[in-house]
Amino acid sequence: MSFAPRLYLRRAVGALVIVGALAAFPPSAGATKIERIVSPSGIVAWLVSEPSVPLIALDFAFRGGTNQDPAGKPGVATMATALLDEGAGDVDSKGFHERVEAKAIEIGFTATRDYVSGSLRTLTENQDEAFELLRLAVTAPRFDAEDVERIREQTLSGLRRATTNPNELASQRWWATAFAGHPYARPPRGTLESVPTIAVEDLKAFTRKVFARNNLKVGIVGNIDAATAGKLIDRVFGSLPANGALSPVANASPQGLGQKIAVDLDVPQSVLMIGGAGLLRKDPDFMAAFVLNHVLGGSAFSSRLYKEVREARGLAYSVYSAVMPLDYAALFMSATATRSDRTDQALEVMAGEIRKMAETGPTEEELAKAKSFLTGSYALRFDTSSKIAQQLVQIQLDELGIDYIDKRNSLVNAVTMEDVKRVAKRLLDGKMLITVVGKPQPAAAPVAAKGG
Amino acid sequence: MVLTLAAIAARLHLRSGGLVGVVAALALAFQVGNAGAEGPQIANFTLPNGLEVVVIPDHRTPVVTHMIWYKVGSADETPGKSGLAHFLEHLMFKGTAKNPAGRFSQALATIGGQENAFTTADYTAYFQRIAKEYLPLVMEFEADRMTGLVLTDENVLPERDVVLEEFNMRVANSPDARIGEQVAAALYLNHPYGRPVIGWHQEIEKLNREDALAFYHRFYTPNNAVVVIAGDVTGDEVKALTEKTYGKVARVAEVAARVRPQEPIPVAVRQLTMADSRVAQPSLQRSYLVPSANTAKPGESEALEILAQVLGAGETSRLYRALVVEQRIATGAGGWYQGTALDETRFGVFASPLPGVTFATIETAIDGVIAEVAEHGVTAAEIERAKTRLIADAVYAEDNQATMARWYGAGLTSGGSVEQITTWPARVRAVTPQAVQSAARTWLDKRRSVTGYLVKELPANQEKRS
Repeated sequence: MSFAPRLYLRRAVGALVIVGALAAFPPSAGATKIERIVSPSGIVAWLVSEPSVPLIALDFAFRGGTNQDPAGKPGVATMATALLDEGAGDVDSKGFHERVEAKAIEIGFTATRDYVSGSLRTLTENQDEAFELLRLAVTAPRFDAEDVERIREQTLSGLRRATTNPNELASQRWWATAFAGHPYARPPRGTLESVPTIAVEDLKAFTRKVFARNNLKVGIVGNIDAATAGKLIDRVFGSLPANGALSPVANASPQGLGQKIAVDLDVPQSVLMIGGAGLLRKDPDFMAAFVLNHVLGGSAFSSRLYKEVREARGLAYSVYSAVMPLDYAALFMSATATRSDRTDQALEVMAGEIRKMAETGPTEEELAKAKSFLTGSYALRFDTSSKIAQQLVQIQLDELGIDYIDKRNSLVNAVTMEDVKRVAKRLLDGKMLITVVGKPQPAAAPVAAKGG
Repeated sequence: MVLTLAAIAARLHLRSGGLVGVVAALALAFQVGNAGAEGPQIANFTLPNGLEVVVIPDHRTPVVTHMIWYKVGSADETPGKSGLAHFLEHLMFKGTAKNPAGRFSQALATIGGQENAFTTADYTAYFQRIAKEYLPLVMEFEADRMTGLVLTDENVLPERDVVLEEFNMRVANSPDARIGEQVAAALYLNHPYGRPVIGWHQEIEKLNREDALAFYHRFYTPNNAVVVIAGDVTGDEVKALTEKTYGKVARVAEVAARVRPQEPIPVAVRQLTMADSRVAQPSLQRSYLVPSANTAKPGESEALEILAQVLGAGETSRLYRALVVEQRIATGAGGWYQGTALDETRFGVFASPLPGVTFATIETAIDGVIAEVAEHGVTAAEIERAKTRLIADAVYAEDNQATMARWYGAGLTSGGSVEQITTWPARVRAVTPQAVQSAARTWLDKRRSVTGYLVKELPANQEKRS
């Protein structure tokens, strides 16, 4: 449910996928106990057994998302993922959807840059049917020609819409420039040229190389015990090959920093994206960067960017910044959307705030409030089964350890002023790559490269 | 689904943040289970000053969702002042004499609370999600701004620019949203539901501090609000807390019955075409004027819910099967029903043609699907799937305190009662195949509808005339 302001980030950034960056994982609360379980066939999963609501939420992820698309064929992962529930095993597309709906089971799959993730939600009384359908989708997708063509047309329709969407264009140009030559440059949904060339064999090859037990992380929450969970996990994933065949992906740093790229589009409101190098999730300074970003542009209604761009000047409805650690690169990103004739002003204000933060860091009060918010809001990420299941998977992907939930608030509290000032220089003091999509504006003085 | 949600999204505007999920939930109307021992034990009481309170306990996590819902939305605005309800929602964050601008948000930022607000045609709501020990604190703040708002031009005018940027983002930059506004405006001949919640641009840009305060003094009073609290609390605890906070707020206005100009019986099949150079994928959407949960005869709204599921929800729906899978003329197709509304509401259908397919072909197919249901009804299996889906949502909702709070708040500010909400699953179960067929026959009559075509360029003959 997109409800909390936080989620707005996800919407506004369009094709950008914010992964572990929103790292305020579930709460202290103490009420929740995570068990590490091992299925009879050896698959590890994290379980939170919670009998009070009669449902089960299971989330999982395979490492290797759109970064595994063949070089000339972006879009394979996204299309394969979209087809998993369009017929599997002996069940055709229509039959699959009917069985899912007959028991109000929710099954969904998504491909992001680094992962293919999936989620299942079911009433406990329907668990056998739910896990059976998930097994079919994951292990035996049919990729029937008719279904492939339908999904291809839907993908193309979405890509056509994207050609005039300023958010999409700003994002595409940013990634294409920053990661030229790297898999991250490829549009996750593919292109109008690549999608028509994707063959059934490409889709099958993708699932063969990615869907394997050694790539898999699983989280389960709900009215289910460890023994039953182990059996059901085996039923779903047990027949997958032990090892996948992921293509190696090189580590990368964003390129093109210091450039400002303008894309002409006849829209009343321009979209601005500013981005540069960030910190990997395993970087010892990651938490300091996360706290620092909260002050700069992470906080929904009290960040510096919010106050200066929106509240004081009315330049925009939405403005934010985020730290975004991927598996093979780390980014800092900031974005807004503003009236065409105020684009330069908005960019100037944002660049100014970024620069100021790089130079002087937050105030003591800002730092204290940020830590207080981030620790205090921890529990809010923990109040539905689905949210917990997602976090169990994310913590495993980020390799933070099963005790992370207990440690997390003390990690936030341990961030010092010295830490954030150090990280402010690392994160914000470099050049940035800017993309602006909107009506061309009269030439203005170039924006200072530093900090944007 | 993108188009469905975009189509109804125009009705709902948040201070900041996503709205699609909220709309999706509301589109399902009243649907919460509370019968017997199955659901949570809900407390419901009214304070002497007229404020209604609903408490939905969920003790799994020490977290609380606190919402206040005002029974005022864009349909309560004076003509010429469109956008005022939503503008005021933004201005409610500008402080009071006791708590100057920013103090409430700063307090939440410090304790780790999340907040937001949203406006529709029928209600305006504010919420905080917090650790439960801070519930008294947010109630203090929220009770204070119920009648204590202070506005100055210094903070009103920049906020109007923010709202204009919100308009740019949601409407001006989005051809789908623009045609959605046109279809609603054409459908409602008399009722203010034809006005966009965010307002018409030329009226938003003239809204001012006096307008906002006048509207505030008219509608923001305890006897026009409902507080909904979901989470780790009990009815007794909340009762004591509300008496100490909200209970101290005096009524500032007597609120008149919410009587808006009603629609005449529609008689004309209406079509409109909107061209936007940014349209890369043409689409068609149609809205029918239909009863809401509040205006329908018993069982009728529930039948429309089932009809919307069978015709338009997901890959097994009639529209998707016919247009996308069998005839292969569209990339997407579906339908929806916005049951939660004070007055007569909308039932929508939509489709995006494949390249080279004409709107005439698409419309013939849609009309065929609807005629089939009107003439021959739907199958028992279809009805059963639809009921299962709708009723399961009530169980899934129990996993999400924020969803529960929204369902109750939206229902109670759109003419419903707690009892109607808790008995919703039973009423859905009782819907018969005949009722679904009859709903299709009665309400999906083209004379009750407006069809909008979104294209890149107008056909040449129309262009010449313009």
